[in-house]
Amino acid sequence: MSRQASRRGAWLAWVVQALLVLAVMAGAVWVMNHALDVLRSRGVRSGFDFLTEPAGFSISEGWLDFDASQPFWRAFLAGLINTVRAAVPAAVFAVVLGTLIGIGRLAPHVLLRGICTAYVEVLRNVPLLVQLLMLAFAMANLLPDPIEPVRLLPGVWLSKGGLSVPWPVSGEGGWWPTHFEWPEKGDFGVSGGAALSPEYVTIVAGLSFYSAAFVAEIVRAGILSVSQGQVLAGQALGLTTVQQLRIVILPQALRVIVPSLTNQLLSLTKNSSLAVAVGYPELVSVANTTIGSNGRAFECIAIIMAVYLLLSLLISFGMNRYNARVALRGWQ
Amino acid sequence: MRNVAQGPVAWRSELWGSPLRALATVLLLALLAWGGFHALEWGVLNAVFRPDAEACRAVQHGACWGVVAEKWRPMLFGRFPYEEQWRPAIAVVVLSAVTVLSAWPRSWRWWLAPLWIVALLLFVLLMRGGMAGLVHVPTSRWGGLPLTIGLAVVGLALAFPLALLLALGRRSGWPVVRTLCASYIELVRGVPLISVLFMASFLLPLLWPAGWQPDVLVRVLAGLTLFVAAYLAEIIRGGLQAVPRGQTEVAMALGFGRWPVQRDIVLPQALRLVVPALTNSVVGTLKDTSLVTVVGLFELTGALGLALGGDPTWRPFYLEGYLFIAAVYWVLCFGLSRYSVWLERRLGEGAR
Repeated sequence: MSRQASRRGAWLAWVVQALLVLAVMAGAVWVMNHALDVLRSRGVRSGFDFLTEPAGFSISEGWLDFDASQPFWRAFLAGLINTVRAAVPAAVFAVVLGTLIGIGRLAPHVLLRGICTAYVEVLRNVPLLVQLLMLAFAMANLLPDPIEPVRLLPGVWLSKGGLSVPWPVSGEGGWWPTHFEWPEKGDFGVSGGAALSPEYVTIVAGLSFYSAAFVAEIVRAGILSVSQGQVLAGQALGLTTVQQLRIVILPQALRVIVPSLTNQLLSLTKNSSLAVAVGYPELVSVANTTIGSNGRAFECIAIIMAVYLLLSLLISFGMNRYNARVALRGWQ
Repeated sequence: MRNVAQGPVAWRSELWGSPLRALATVLLLALLAWGGFHALEWGVLNAVFRPDAEACRAVQHGACWGVVAEKWRPMLFGRFPYEEQWRPAIAVVVLSAVTVLSAWPRSWRWWLAPLWIVALLLFVLLMRGGMAGLVHVPTSRWGGLPLTIGLAVVGLALAFPLALLLALGRRSGWPVVRTLCASYIELVRGVPLISVLFMASFLLPLLWPAGWQPDVLVRVLAGLTLFVAAYLAEIIRGGLQAVPRGQTEVAMALGFGRWPVQRDIVLPQALRLVVPALTNSVVGTLKDTSLVTVVGLFELTGALGLALGGDPTWRPFYLEGYLFIAAVYWVLCFGLSRYSVWLERRLGEGAR
């Protein structure tokens, strides 16, 4: 009896699930059809055929040159490359700065601890968008004109026109970089090296500073997870504080840090979409401009979502591989 | 490294314990004094506090807090009609009061849900008007702080039940339900909020029956809710996983049904475990509401652009305006995160 009842239960479960699949599919089909009807009734064409048409707008910066006569797909590619161009340096800066601040929050020095804590508590409790807009305003209004830039470090100049940094260049004929070209100040501003636009500096700096606050918390939690006995053993062996950190604490802390750090890198990549608000031409900005020019909202948003899903998968995959390397194997 | 001792005695050895530490102390003190002096000079000593644009332009190295004195109303209430702004002010107080009351674990009783419904209705009534002798204010004119807090609170309130279903669904024994919920959660967590907001503002209008345009606020709220639900669902799933299996087995053995086990035994424990994580998510949502500026709603961040962007007299003092709204966000978010720490400690005491 009870076996019959459970078999009937299993049968019922499959019927309900099949109905659920049908309902979801029917819903999706209805939504698509309805949306297409509405689009048609408004005279908006749909489909991805527009990607081969000339874009009609140009992109001011990036590694891929793009002018108005080139097709939309190239604009999206340039936007994607610009997203990576901002997100990768921001991730590197965020991890380095965040690690330093995270270690600083546990330093045996009350002032250093206080400063690092203040950094974390201020930066992570103000929306990234507000920080980006504030940085963009400061870049555009508070810095000196390009004719009289401030020298931050030897070879690093900052002005309203952006940031100039030394950049590796190749000699005659070859493509392998042979030496650094140093920016120099002339009568009409800085020339030479790599000139980074104010928008680019804003988004990279904003993303790094904001994410560093979260990375710092992750690093701190990771260090605190290492058992006190390990630290004491390191001290007993006569290791210096730096040696203790490098040899004993960090390798073990990484096991706790890496999974959370993966989350943080994923959110940093997604947050790079906020560059649209400060005028840096990354993927979302290109899509936004495209929607404004031809109204293909569905297609453009689908492209954004697909690309970010792909980026997220890539980052998760890479970080999981790394995690497998730092994780404990076998018995602890 | 760890077990850092606290108190003035420990501080003295930390500050002056060795030559290296003393050097670090001197350098950091110099840095703090230099930074602190400049901040004080710019922010207080040379600053202009009167709403006097002439004085603001004349001052050299000083802040113009006059911009806040002059523009605080459009900054905080956006384009809400000037003489009606007492309404959003009271609306904010009502929502804050109920939130603070709900933050107290002793008030987690049956009457909290109806209280929230009353508060939300009151919020909408005050903002929208058109009843009880209040002038009707269309949602397109809502803005500023009430919109920021309203979006966060209503978005979270709508997302929570959805998240509960998604979390239970992801652990369901039915593979179809599990796959659907997992795909939804991973899809939404893989894309930026901005793309979800774009979708809500560009695509949702295509789904409504012809001739009836959903309000932009409703569309954005729908997008925010769908987004936040995916994140809350993962937090709740963490809590569900942390409840020992034995609890379910014992309850089943005692004759509890499948749903009563979840409702009366698993969920109360799971939710209790994840309350601090949920509070962190509340902070994230509050900050995320600033993104609705990008799709044309004038919440706190957007209202600043509205207040200063069109006014050439005050436009040069954007930085002070940003610092003001950053301070508002900071007070709200820092308060919530302190609350989260306090709650974690308090709930932990009960569990031990």
